[in-house]
Amino acid sequence: MKPRIEVLAACAVVLVLLLVLPDVVRPYYVGLATKMLIFALFAMSLDLLLGYTGLASLGHAAFFGTAAYTIALLTLRGGVTSWVAFPTSLAVATVTGGLVAVLALRARGSYFLMITFALAQVVWSVAFGWRSLTNGDDGMPGVPRPDFGWSLDGATPFYYFTLAVFAVAALLLAAIVSSPFGYALRGIRDSETRMQALGYDVWRYQFVAFVLAAAFAGLAGALYAYLNRFVSPDDLHVIQSAEALIMVILGGAGTLFGPAIGAALIVFLEDYVSSMTEHWLMVLGAIYVLVTLFAPRGLVGLVTTHLRERSGP
Amino acid sequence: MIALAVDNLSKNFGGVAALAGVSLEIGVGERRVLLGPNGAGKTTLFHAISGTVLPSSGRIGLFGHDITRLRADRRARLGLARTFQITNLFPRLTVLDSVLLAVGGADGRPLEPLRPMWSYRRRYDQAHVLLEQWGLAATARRIVRNLSYGEQRQLELVLALAGEPRLLLLDEPTAGLSPAETARVVEMVQRLPREMTILMIEHDMDVAFELADRIAVMHQGRLIAEGGEAEIRADPRVSEIYLGSE
Amino acid sequence: MIWLIHVLNGIAIGMLLFLLAAGMSLIYGLMKILNLTHGSFYLVGGYIGLTVMQRTGSFVLALLAAAAVIGVAGAVIERFFLRRFHFDELPQTLITFGFLFIFADASLWIWGGDPLMLRQPRMLAGSLPLGDYGYPYYRFFLIGVGLAFAAALWWFQEHTRLGTMLRAGVDDAEIARALGINVSLLFTLVFAAGAAFAALGGVLAGPVLSYYPGADFDALILAFVVVIVGGLGSLRGALAGALLVGLLDDFGKAFFPQFALFTVFVPMALILVVRPTGLFGRR
Repeated sequence: MKPRIEVLAACAVVLVLLLVLPDVVRPYYVGLATKMLIFALFAMSLDLLLGYTGLASLGHAAFFGTAAYTIALLTLRGGVTSWVAFPTSLAVATVTGGLVAVLALRARGSYFLMITFALAQVVWSVAFGWRSLTNGDDGMPGVPRPDFGWSLDGATPFYYFTLAVFAVAALLLAAIVSSPFGYALRGIRDSETRMQALGYDVWRYQFVAFVLAAAFAGLAGALYAYLNRFVSPDDLHVIQSAEALIMVILGGAGTLFGPAIGAALIVFLEDYVSSMTEHWLMVLGAIYVLVTLFAPRGLVGLVTTHLRERSGP
Repeated sequence: MIALAVDNLSKNFGGVAALAGVSLEIGVGERRVLLGPNGAGKTTLFHAISGTVLPSSGRIGLFGHDITRLRADRRARLGLARTFQITNLFPRLTVLDSVLLAVGGADGRPLEPLRPMWSYRRRYDQAHVLLEQWGLAATARRIVRNLSYGEQRQLELVLALAGEPRLLLLDEPTAGLSPAETARVVEMVQRLPREMTILMIEHDMDVAFELADRIAVMHQGRLIAEGGEAEIRADPRVSEIYLGSE
Repeated sequence: MIWLIHVLNGIAIGMLLFLLAAGMSLIYGLMKILNLTHGSFYLVGGYIGLTVMQRTGSFVLALLAAAAVIGVAGAVIERFFLRRFHFDELPQTLITFGFLFIFADASLWIWGGDPLMLRQPRMLAGSLPLGDYGYPYYRFFLIGVGLAFAAALWWFQEHTRLGTMLRAGVDDAEIARALGINVSLLFTLVFAAGAAFAALGGVLAGPVLSYYPGADFDALILAFVVVIVGGLGSLRGALAGALLVGLLDDFGKAFFPQFALFTVFVPMALILVVRPTGLFGRR
């Protein structure tokens, strides 16, 4: 289905807005926007699993955080350049994704959920417990910004760098999702047995989807490590995985860009609410409950259902 | 040439024998109908042939290949297709997308993750031809879960046919359909190419006798009678299980 | 002798885990709800027991209060929030997770961030001499309670009509209603009971483990491991899994304190490879 002209136009508008953003807002918000882009990517990677393949994972932060820690360890302990650290972090996230997939795909539904949760917590426990390697709970500060030839130390240059990476990743995801592979994932989401009967090797598709999702999550994690110049076990905690999940649901699972909107909203809300009260966790919990009760198909879902119903069958 | 050879197939669930030593042979191009009361084991036999369920013992041969323990998708790639008794479609996809998937399935191509679907003109053409042929062209853009039951049953059949199967398993294709819709399905099946071998489960005796070359009757996991229409009608064991139990 | 101490510890912890996992398994078996709030029921139950104990000095009252409050909370959550999402996994996950966050924040607010422990009830103080060591009577009490609870649940499942239904899993609400069973009430009661069991576990755990922010997640993860290993929906599985995990956890903490979680997770992973639905699980 060729993308509708309205969708392309909307994308163009958004892109222009994102490009001029640093000239228009205060420096603090440039950093926040960077964080939004990073979590948009993280949420979109999870959506590949959840919205497109139908696999609900509670352990996606494992890949996000593993990449982040790889960056930190390689640059701080290994003295390695960004040219090596960046791709390596992606590779590590991807391989971790493959390992988790092999175990988790032995199961479905609730078991799959529990297994992804549990395995992610194993990874967290290593980051938390192996103090000599990771500093445990104190985290690893001082992660330098990437050095690809020009300085990314300022908020604005790093924002543009993140925007560029995000744009490329989003294009790749869009291509994946509109390919026969992407169609097959949706078929698998709707009926594994039907796809099997049609001749598709369902496990292989799910495995590849999982690994791709892990890779994109790793990309987001690496950027996050650079943004904060700091990594901590919190990057790997199930709360992080759960936040990604609600970003996807809030924006709309299976809508490609819905999760990006959900992510931007959650990042913004967290920033806003944390400045007013310590009880962000409670607010987040309430958001979960309310969104599930009243907008189970997310914001983008609400909009597209409206549009579809107006234009007829 | 034998399309399907089932040899002494048994399946136990817990202590219950759903299939007990079933053997049959279907030649290429034959139309075979499986009759039998509920619980006779017909759907279990289908599940064993299609790979949804693994048999406890016995062998299944498809066009000479031993498929007894082969994974379901591999069997599909060998030319096997089936419809499901309980409609098994893609509720959130459109009819067109469903057929596109079906068209792309049986050749076991590699994963194709980057070229957009709309560039595969040939698949779209194939899909449109299929929809046209089987009367679903008007529903192409509709979402599957919004179709009527009759339309969904039709789509079940179209999905199975999309891969140009050599052996087609039809699991109660007319279940729950009105007489007009039933006639449609009968007509669809009669239009299928003669080289296609068809094994069908049916409850409607009239439909069965209209479509079948040969009939096999199952009861309590066993095959108790096999033959042409006249033989089956005359077989006292068959009347007993259908009339005696009513 | 030290081995015996560790084995006893493992069994004692296992019994606590059983209380936790049994509730989770029961809820799943009947309603196909994977209750992520379960860890919160454990922790908040424990905190409530602690407060009651501090005010009244009565352990029994603490147990009753925790079970009652958490039971009611569970009933409310099931009745008003989960009711329409039975058998629909993702919404349940999100709602129970949302409540996990709400409870976590609220307990931090009310009870603060320092680890707290429940004082051992005087009646059960003291220890039994075992070789060079003294083994606390309280831990024997835990083992006893766990066994009694397991026996009671087993009897209930085998010998009451309600129990049979729970065992079979009410797959068809219509048929159940036709048989005169008030399905809605049953669901609410079972959810409340599961929550209450977790709360009891929380209070009983007080003298042995401490209450701290994050204990809810830790408890939830261990409960997950128990049901992954033992199988969802099976009480036998919950008991077997709980004992196994309790022993592994204790030995892990004793011999590899930095990687305690690994001694629990590696066997879990192995079981997943061999039997993805757990030792006694059914789909």
